[in-house]
Amino acid sequence: MPTATYADTAVPVDDEGFFTDPARWTEPMAEQIAREQGIGELTDRHWTVIRFMREQYAAKGTGPTVRVLGKTSGVSVKELYQLFPKGPAKTAAKIAGIPKPRGCI
Amino acid sequence: MGKHIVILGGGTAGTMTANRLCRLYDRCEYRITVVDQDDDHLYQPGLLFVPFGLAQPRHLVRSRPRQLDAAVDYKQARIERVDLDARTVHLAEGIRVSYDILVVATGATLVPEETEGLTGPGWGEKVFTFYDLPGATGLHDALERFDGGRVVIDVADLPVKCPVAPLEFAFLADWYFQRRGIRDRVELAYVTPLDAAFTKPVAAKALGGLLKEKGVELVTEFTLGEVDGAGGRLVSYDEREVPFDLAVVVPLHAGAAYVGRSEGLGDELGFIPVDPHSLQHPDRPEVFAIGDAAGLSASKAGSVAHFEGEVLVRNIGRFLAGQPLDASFDGHTNCFVETGFHKALLIDFNYDTEPLPGHFPGPVGLPLLKESHASHLGKLAFEWLYWHSLLPGREVPGIGSAMPERGKHHVSA
Ligand SMILES: Cc1cc2nc3c(=O)[nH]c(=O)nc-3n(C[C@H](O)[C@H](O)[C@H](O)COP(=O)(O)OP(=O)(O)OC[C@H]3O[C@@H](n4cnc5c(N)ncnc54)[C@H](O)[C@@H]3O)c2cc1C
Repeated sequence: MPTATYADTAVPVDDEGFFTDPARWTEPMAEQIAREQGIGELTDRHWTVIRFMREQYAAKGTGPTVRVLGKTSGVSVKELYQLFPKGPAKTAAKIAGIPKPRGCI
Repeated sequence: MGKHIVILGGGTAGTMTANRLCRLYDRCEYRITVVDQDDDHLYQPGLLFVPFGLAQPRHLVRSRPRQLDAAVDYKQARIERVDLDARTVHLAEGIRVSYDILVVATGATLVPEETEGLTGPGWGEKVFTFYDLPGATGLHDALERFDGGRVVIDVADLPVKCPVAPLEFAFLADWYFQRRGIRDRVELAYVTPLDAAFTKPVAAKALGGLLKEKGVELVTEFTLGEVDGAGGRLVSYDEREVPFDLAVVVPLHAGAAYVGRSEGLGDELGFIPVDPHSLQHPDRPEVFAIGDAAGLSASKAGSVAHFEGEVLVRNIGRFLAGQPLDASFDGHTNCFVETGFHKALLIDFNYDTEPLPGHFPGPVGLPLLKESHASHLGKLAFEWLYWHSLLPGREVPGIGSAMPERGKHHVSA
C-alpha cells in the first residue's frame, strides 16, 4: 500500500491519496494536504467543513456527499464549491484524512 | 388475527412485499395493511419509452388495490408522520394506524424545486424530465416538434432511481433522431456528476464506449447548480456551462416528505438508514425499509426491491417468531440497458462485485455488458413479468436474491 508523508510522518493512503487510517491524521497535516490540492490557506470556514467531515466519518463510517454536506454542515453547496473548487466532498475528505466518500450507485 | 404489519407505500416494493407475505405465511397469520396516497400504480420503467412514442401513457397505469392480494387491507390516504415511540402512523384527516411491524416502502420523490431555476422559465417548454408521467408526455410532444439543435441529458446529482435510465435515454435519442432522418442536425450530450459514464469502472468503460460510438458527447463531474431556461444553459456549482436547446434533466431525489416529520426515522435526505444485509432499522428493530426508500449503497431499481423482498419477508417472520434475522441481502442488482436499434445490454452486480462481462444467470444465458437483441426482448418481456409475476410476489425460476457468480468473467477496466 502506498504511503504519503505529511508533517514529517509517513501515513498509509490509497491509490488516489485518501487516508486509509483516519486515526493517523493530525491537524498540522491538513495545511500541507490542502496546498497539494491547490488551496492556499485554510480559513475557519474550511475548518468547519473539515471537522464536520471527520465527525460524520466517525459516526457513519463514510464521509458525506456534497448534497448532504450542503444540508447538514451549515455551509451551502455554493460556498462549499468556493472553498473547495475541485469537488468539495472529495477534496475535503482528503484534507480531513478520511477515506474517499462512498458515493451512491 | 395476529400481529399487524403495516406497509407504507403501495408501489413496486410495497405491493410485492404484501403479496409475498400472503404467499409465504398463512393468510390469517398476520394482519397486513398497505397505505398509499392514490389509486394509480404506474409501471415506471415504461416512462423511458413514452418520450419516443414507444409506449402509451394509458397502458402504463393500473389500479393499485387490484394488484394486492384480497387478504390485504388497502388504505388510500396520505401519510403525515410516523410516531416511532407510539408505533403509530398518522394519516391525513386524523386517522391513526398502529403497527407491530412497519415496512417503509414509500420510494423516492423528485425534488426539482431544490435546483435553482429548474422549474423556472422554460420548464415544460424546453426543460423536461421523463421521470414522471406528465414530464414524459410533455417531452414526447417537444421531441416531435424538435427539428434540430442541441439536446442535453443531465443527471442533477445522485442518488437517482434507475441510474441507467438517463443513459438509455441518450442511446434512444440517437436512434430516434436517426429514424426521423435528422440525426445530422442534432447534437447530443450526456452530462453527469460522476467522473465517468457510470459508477463502476468496467461498466463505465463499456457504456462510455457506446456513447462515443453513437456520437454522444460526455461531460463528467458536472453537479447541476442552476438551470437558465431562458438562456438555454446548465450551470454547474463550479461554474462550468453547458448550452442546450432542449434539456432533459433527472432532478434531485429525496425520500418521501413525511419521513422528515417523523423523528428518528430517516436521514438528511429522507431515506431510511437500514442494515444493508438485513434491511432492519438500526434503532428500531420493528422497522424495516425496502426499495427506493432505503438508504443503501445499492441502486434504486425495481429489480433490487424484488431481490430485497425475498430477505425481508423471511426476516419479518423470523423477527415475529423471536429468531435471529437472516442477514443475507447482497446488494444484487440486475438491469437491462436499452441501447436502441432493437438491442439492449444486461448488467448484473452486487455490493462487492461490479458489473462484469460473461453470461446471466449462468455460463449459458444472456450476454452481460454486451448489446444483443435477446436482451432487448428481455427488457420488453419485463413489463409482462412485472404485472403477472413480480408484483404478485411470485419467484422467477432460476433468478434468486443472491447474485449468481457462475458465468461472470473477472476483468479489469
Ligand atoms: C424512468 C424510470 C425507468 C426505470 N426503469 C427501471 C428498470 O428498467 N428496471 C428496474 O428495475 N427499475 C426501473 N426503475 C426504477 C423503479 O421503478 C423503482 O426503483 C421502483 O418503482 C421502486 O419501488 P418502490 O416501491 O421503492 O417505490 P415506488 O414504486 O415509487 O412506490 C412508492 C409509493 O409510495 C407512495 N407514497 C409516497 N409518499 C407517500 C405518502 N406521504 N403517503 C402515501 N403514499 C406515499 C407513492 O404514491 C408510491 O406509490 C425506473 C424508474 C424510472 C423513473
